[in-house]
Amino acid sequence: MIKPGKMVREVLKSLFLKPATILYPYVHVQMPDRFRGKIKFISSRCIGCKLCMRDCPTNAITITKVGDKQFQAEFDLDKCVYCAQCVDTCPKKALEATVEFELAQLKRGKLKVTFHAEPMPSAAPAAIAESAATSHPAAGA
Amino acid sequence: MANIKIPIGPQHPALKEPESFSITLNGETIISMDMRLGYNHRGIEKACEERTYIQAMYLVERVCGICSHSHSTCFIQAVEEIAGLAVPPRALYIRTIVSELERMHSHLLWLGVAGHEIGFDTLLMYSWRDREVVMDTLAALTGNRVNYGINTFGGVRRDISKEQLDGLLKTMDVLEERTKYYIEVASQEMTLIKRLSGVGYLSHEDAVKLGAVGPTGRASNVDADVRRDDPYLAYKDIEFKVITDTHNDVFGRTLVRVGELMQSYSMIRQLVAKIPEGPVTVKAPRKMPAGEALSRYEAPRGEDVHYVKANGTDKAERVKIRAPTLANLQSVAKMMENNRLADVPIIIAAIDPCFSCTDRMVQIKHADHGRQETLSWQALHAQSLEWYRKQGVDFADLNAKMSRRMKI
Repeated sequence: MIKPGKMVREVLKSLFLKPATILYPYVHVQMPDRFRGKIKFISSRCIGCKLCMRDCPTNAITITKVGDKQFQAEFDLDKCVYCAQCVDTCPKKALEATVEFELAQLKRGKLKVTFHAEPMPSAAPAAIAESAATSHPAAGA
Repeated sequence: MANIKIPIGPQHPALKEPESFSITLNGETIISMDMRLGYNHRGIEKACEERTYIQAMYLVERVCGICSHSHSTCFIQAVEEIAGLAVPPRALYIRTIVSELERMHSHLLWLGVAGHEIGFDTLLMYSWRDREVVMDTLAALTGNRVNYGINTFGGVRRDISKEQLDGLLKTMDVLEERTKYYIEVASQEMTLIKRLSGVGYLSHEDAVKLGAVGPTGRASNVDADVRRDDPYLAYKDIEFKVITDTHNDVFGRTLVRVGELMQSYSMIRQLVAKIPEGPVTVKAPRKMPAGEALSRYEAPRGEDVHYVKANGTDKAERVKIRAPTLANLQSVAKMMENNRLADVPIIIAAIDPCFSCTDRMVQIKHADHGRQETLSWQALHAQSLEWYRKQGVDFADLNAKMSRRMKI
C-alpha cells in the first residue's frame, strides 16, 4: 500500500522541536561514571610489579623506580587506546580511569604525562596496604 | 553501443572506505563488475601473533568500528574454548545484551546510510538521532560508545546494576515506538519503495551459490542465522524469529534489517527478565593450553568466523578472521548486473560493507634476494591441490566429481 507524503507530519512536527544536537563545546558534556577516559596514577599505592606495562596493548605505560618503594608513571596519551585494562590488571588499585576526555593537543610533547612519586611519610605504607586489602576482595570475586 | 569500463574508487565520494571497482557499462546499464580489495590492509592477524592474548583481544576489538563487540566476542569464544573456561551465566547474558544493542545501533546506522545514498537525508537525520539513544545506553553500560571493552577472558569486566536493567527496558519502549514508525515509512512511503524495489536483485539460488550471509542472504530468503542454528552466548535461552524476505532486492534488505530491530527489542526484554544472579567473571590463565578452535558469531552484517590456534604460551600461534563482508562481496558483483550506474552506491551500501575489516592478503618474500610476489587465487588453489597430492589425497579428482554431480 503506497501513501504519498508519509513523512510530512513527522517533518512538520520536527520543525517545532528543540535541536537533537548539543552545542558542544559551549555546553559541557558529562560522561557516564563508567567512562574510560584519561588514566590517573596514584603513586603511593604502586608496588612496582609492572603488570600494567605487560598487559598494555600499546605499551603506553612506563613505570620507573625513583627511590625506595617509590615509583613514577609515564603515560603516552597518543599511544593509549583507553581500554583501561591497566586499571583491571593493577592488583593494588594504583590506576584509575577518569571521565576526562578532552585530550587533544597541538604539540606532541604535551601528550606525555608524568605522574611523579609522592614523598612518602614513614607510617604510610602499612595504612595503604590495609586500605588496598579491604577494597580488593570485591574486585577479586 | 560499445562497452566501456569505468573505474570507481579507491577514492570516491560515494564510498566510505577505499575500494576499487571496475564497472563495465553499456550505455547506462551495468554489464559486469570487477573489484579489487586490499587498500586498507592493516596486518591485524599477524599482529595478533606478536601480542599476548589480553593485548590481542583489544586489537581484535578494533578490527571493525561498528561491530567491535562481534569480533572481540568471537575471538574470546574461541580462546575460552581452547582454555576450557566455564564462563558464568550472568556474564553470557551481559555479553548477549551488549551484542543485541550493537545490532540495533548498526542497523539504525545502516538505515541512515541507505537513506543518504538514495538522497533521502531526512531518514538519515531521524534514524541517526534515534541511534544516539542506543549509543548513550552502551556508553552508560560499558564505558564507551564504540569500543565497548566489556569482554575479558572468563567473563565481562563490568556488571549491570538493577537500575540500569530497568532503564534498558524504558529505552526499548522508546526505540520500539520509533522503529514501528520506520516500518510504516518503509512499507508506505512512495519514494523509498519506488527507489529500492528491484534494485540490486539477487535471486535465492545465487545467494546460496555465492554464499551470502546475514541480512543480505536473509533478504533473498536464505533462512540461516548462527544465533538459531548454532546457539552461542545466551541465545538458546530466549525466543526469537529469524527474519527472512522474498523481495530479493535492496527493499527486502531494508525490511529484514528493520524487522531484526524489532526482534532485538524483544530479545533484550527477555534477557533482562531472565538474567541470573551471580559472579560475572572467572579467573583466566595468562598462558592458554595448546589447541585450536573455530568460533562463529552472527554479527550485524552476517556470520563472523574466527579461528585461533594456541601453542601453550601466552601468545596465539595463528589467528584467522573472516569478516562477514568478505562472504557478501561476491554477491555484490551479481547484484550489479543489469542495474543503472546511478544504483551503484546503494547496491554497495545495501550489504552494509566494512571493507577495512575484510582486507586480508598473502605476500611471499623470497629469502634469497628479497623479491616479493603475491599469490593469485588460482596459484594458491593449484598449490593446495599439489600439497594434498603429496599427502596422498587427490582433490582435483574430487572437485571434478563434485562438479559433475552438481550439473546433474
